[in-house]
Amino acid sequence: MKPAPFVRHVPRTLDEALGLLSQLAGQEGRILAGGQSLVPIMAFRLAKPAHLIDINEVAGLDRLESDGKALSIGARVRHGAFHKLAVDNPLGALLTFVARHIAHYPIRMRGTFCGSLAHADPASEWCLTAATLDATMVAKSSRGTREIAARDFFEGIMSTALAEDELLAEVRLPLLAPDAKFGFNEFSRRAGDFAMASSLVTYRIVGGKMTDTRVGVGGAEAAPRRITEAEATLNGQTPNDAAFREAARVASDALDPLEDHQTNAEYRRDLVRAVVRRALENSLP
Amino acid sequence: MNAPTKGTGMKWVGRSIRRLEDPALVRGEGHFTADLPATHWVRFVRSPMAAGVINSITAPDGAMVITAADLRGVKKITPMLYKFNYRPVGQPILAEGVVRFVSEAVAAVVASSEEEAEDIADLVELDISETPPLVDAHDALKQGAPQIHAEAPGNIIVHGAHKTAGFVDAWASADKIIKVDARSHRQNATPMEARAAHAAFDKSTGRVTLTCTTQMPHVARTAIADLLGMPESDLRVIAPDVGGAFGQKMSLCTEYVLLVWLARKLKSTVAWTEDRRENLIASFHSRDQHVTLEGAFDANAKLLALRADVVANIGAYSCYPNTAGMEPLMAMAEMPGPYDVQQYQCLARGVLTNTCTMAAYRGVSRPVITFTLERLMDRAANAFAIDPVDIRRRNLIDTFPYTSVTGLVFDEATYKGTLEMAVKAIDVPAFRARQKEARAKGRHLGIGFATFSERTGYGSPAFAARGMAITPGWETVHVSVDPSGYVEARIGASPHGQGLRTTLAQIIADELGIPPDMIKVVHGDTDTAPYGWGTFASRSLVISGGATLIAARKVRAKLIRIASHMLEAAESDIVLEDNRANVAGTDRSIPIATMAREIYTQAHRFNGEIEPGLSESGTYDPPGTFSNACHVAVVELDAETGFVKIERYLVAEDAGRIINPMIADGQVHGGVAQGIGNALLEEIIYDESGGILTANLADYMPPTAHEMPTIELHHIETLSTQSITKAKGLGEGGAIGAPAAVLNAINDALTPFGVEIDTIPATPQRIRALLRGAPNSVRSRESGNPGATS
Repeated sequence: MKPAPFVRHVPRTLDEALGLLSQLAGQEGRILAGGQSLVPIMAFRLAKPAHLIDINEVAGLDRLESDGKALSIGARVRHGAFHKLAVDNPLGALLTFVARHIAHYPIRMRGTFCGSLAHADPASEWCLTAATLDATMVAKSSRGTREIAARDFFEGIMSTALAEDELLAEVRLPLLAPDAKFGFNEFSRRAGDFAMASSLVTYRIVGGKMTDTRVGVGGAEAAPRRITEAEATLNGQTPNDAAFREAARVASDALDPLEDHQTNAEYRRDLVRAVVRRALENSLP
Repeated sequence: MNAPTKGTGMKWVGRSIRRLEDPALVRGEGHFTADLPATHWVRFVRSPMAAGVINSITAPDGAMVITAADLRGVKKITPMLYKFNYRPVGQPILAEGVVRFVSEAVAAVVASSEEEAEDIADLVELDISETPPLVDAHDALKQGAPQIHAEAPGNIIVHGAHKTAGFVDAWASADKIIKVDARSHRQNATPMEARAAHAAFDKSTGRVTLTCTTQMPHVARTAIADLLGMPESDLRVIAPDVGGAFGQKMSLCTEYVLLVWLARKLKSTVAWTEDRRENLIASFHSRDQHVTLEGAFDANAKLLALRADVVANIGAYSCYPNTAGMEPLMAMAEMPGPYDVQQYQCLARGVLTNTCTMAAYRGVSRPVITFTLERLMDRAANAFAIDPVDIRRRNLIDTFPYTSVTGLVFDEATYKGTLEMAVKAIDVPAFRARQKEARAKGRHLGIGFATFSERTGYGSPAFAARGMAITPGWETVHVSVDPSGYVEARIGASPHGQGLRTTLAQIIADELGIPPDMIKVVHGDTDTAPYGWGTFASRSLVISGGATLIAARKVRAKLIRIASHMLEAAESDIVLEDNRANVAGTDRSIPIATMAREIYTQAHRFNGEIEPGLSESGTYDPPGTFSNACHVAVVELDAETGFVKIERYLVAEDAGRIINPMIADGQVHGGVAQGIGNALLEEIIYDESGGILTANLADYMPPTAHEMPTIELHHIETLSTQSITKAKGLGEGGAIGAPAAVLNAINDALTPFGVEIDTIPATPQRIRALLRGAPNSVRSRESGNPGATS
């Protein structure tokens, strides 16, 4: 479990980093941020990058701030930054709640939000968050800057719309309505393990009825996504157990479940039904 | 002790003194094999295929790559059992001609660093023609299945059978026959330190020092010297601090043999440190058994007869020195557990497959047979509509000595006593009330009991009964008081976390009147320790402790003679305490250090009546003594996800005299943690081609602190008559009882659904699969709607 040989580059500016990336991407060059996913797979030699472009010294990538519409999260912002409220908006509380479910404390102090999205593990809590809230990804390369919507970003298991010379420099999460409610739930066999299914929900209550409902499911398909069929069953309902249960059933039925040695398709659907219902239940005051 | 030091009697035995081994370990100052520098590092190239013919192995230019072709003259590891139709099969140090399991070592790369060795290993090309693999033991038993070893027809390496004369009549007279079809999936002991070895050649003497993480340094020396054809005196084996072993480091590994061979070939220093992935796929596995157990009960739910069929998937080779007979034969011998049953039929087979070799893991077979038998007792209780506690009361043995149907002699123990203690402490009526209330709200609680015996401290007759070519059992200890009055005990046991440096010091302290912090227990170096069998099978405190007591008593007798001589008093008036010899009823006294100095440096003063020096030896080879315990688990089952949370865990334990209660409790805690892992989480999963899907600690899941409940411990101390310290062993009981208690608790929680699970680990996926097919729909917690499982 020793990584294959590689060269580490430590740029100090974004331009320098993007220059290195454009030069080395074709020679198996990879960005190193927190390293909590990349380094273990290098140790197993499942990944053998010849060059690592370490962005931990790049100025300006640690930005975490709101412009009143969205929260901007730079490429060096660690999971642990969300242990406290990042923004005075229900989004801040949502991120704090979700962050506590990511792996273990030491991993949260090193791993980065953007790195998690660029890695695109289907079980990632932040990928689920980005997909559910329709985040905007800001991809930069020496060719320029482009924005990618979350629904276009996640393409499959550990596969994204980023080109090989693009750095995920920033992610923008839209702020929630001041009266928005949220709920999150995930299932794993041990504390801190990858979620075998997870769900994030947000909605508002107007005139006693649920509205603007978002139901995201992660860890169950090749990529996390909103389940619009489940959202449709909830909009216009009073929040109640029967409605939550029906939405959970619809979400579970709508899936194309991932299968692995500890989770066959039937069991994955069971778990999705449980986590969606529980996320909705958790959203209640 | 029998002859307590006059005056205060036992001062140290029975006290929770802090472990003498801990300060260095907690400061990070321990010595581990992988800390040693080396000139050469080895990386093994392992088979990617479960079965196949090796066509060629191509090394990159300039690389040093060792293959079987280089090892001509090195014998195969071929452990032997002279009974039970055992078929000896040999394991080459590197695969020879064929591969028999995924991760079998095919070649060894030698380079100047671990990194470089791994880089080169990536470039070694293996050309292997795949042949059909056998992964499941039942497939290996089928007619016409490929033969894994020509020496073992039908892939059966060991075949034990037992049938009592009155079995058929007893079976026919039964009121009810109850059956359990139990499956224990494959597991890994997962010591925190994986395997590691370091072999250093000494050019001046021609000797090799092998430092390695092992439980049996002397046995490793004997075995490796045999295989390489070298005098044992040319090999020194050192077990330094060992970071956990749990049985996995008991068997001889091919890798260590290769390292000694390489050190001699290169006349240099060679090291290998196993990584976690290798440990999970290539180190020894355990627990892979399928047991079908039937019990014949009379109308009063009294067990009349047991019938068992044991199929153990022992993997591709036989482990040394225990052999592949260990799991199936222990299952056969100990299946009846702590219950009185007079008639028994058993067929126990060890089956070869194209999987990693199975060897010892804490409890060996008993976690599996105890879980099977305890499921049988609970299922029978249901069939007779009596309480699970009652069926145990009716069947547990309570007169001693008791000779079991397989001829084991059970010494005095408290099978019923610990059960009643646990029943009272857990408050069963209160639990049943809470369970009923919870069920009405759609929450599913369950309680499970496990009562069992733990055979410990057994000497050479017990191993000889198995017909082993290598028969371990006895232990020797040398106890010396040096001229400064400090004590050194050299032991043949090889502790690696059990706290023997402390507990043996406590035993010596009480004999000699010298405090434990002046007593060093030295082990793990074949150049300094007496020949011994190491530490395994809950034996060391009983056997090495007994040998320690024998040696310490001899030293004590000599000290008393010296004191009598120097103080001019009768031997019967001498009292040893607080580092002094006192004459009872007087103020005459002399420090032990002064006496020690005298017997070494002024020996002539004793006029030839007392031999110079102060060093004695003791050897002990006991028959064995049974510990016992009752475990109780209380669980909550999440019917929606199949998740099981252990809410409460209680152990009532009787391990005879407790030398150090804190260390005893620690043994139970650690065992229960592993047992809970076995019950709920840990499983090595092979795919159909023989590849391992669980090769990291995200996929192979030992429990973490989050998954562990608080463990409540209660003790009874029944002084053993079969152990001169009166102590019994207790290293494995925690692991033996936990799967049974947890599975019974899960099944109690499942009662309303009308389904049962008899598989470990009882994973959430397995539980949900049962619930989806459950005949009964049950109120679910959340809505009150029927059909939580729909």
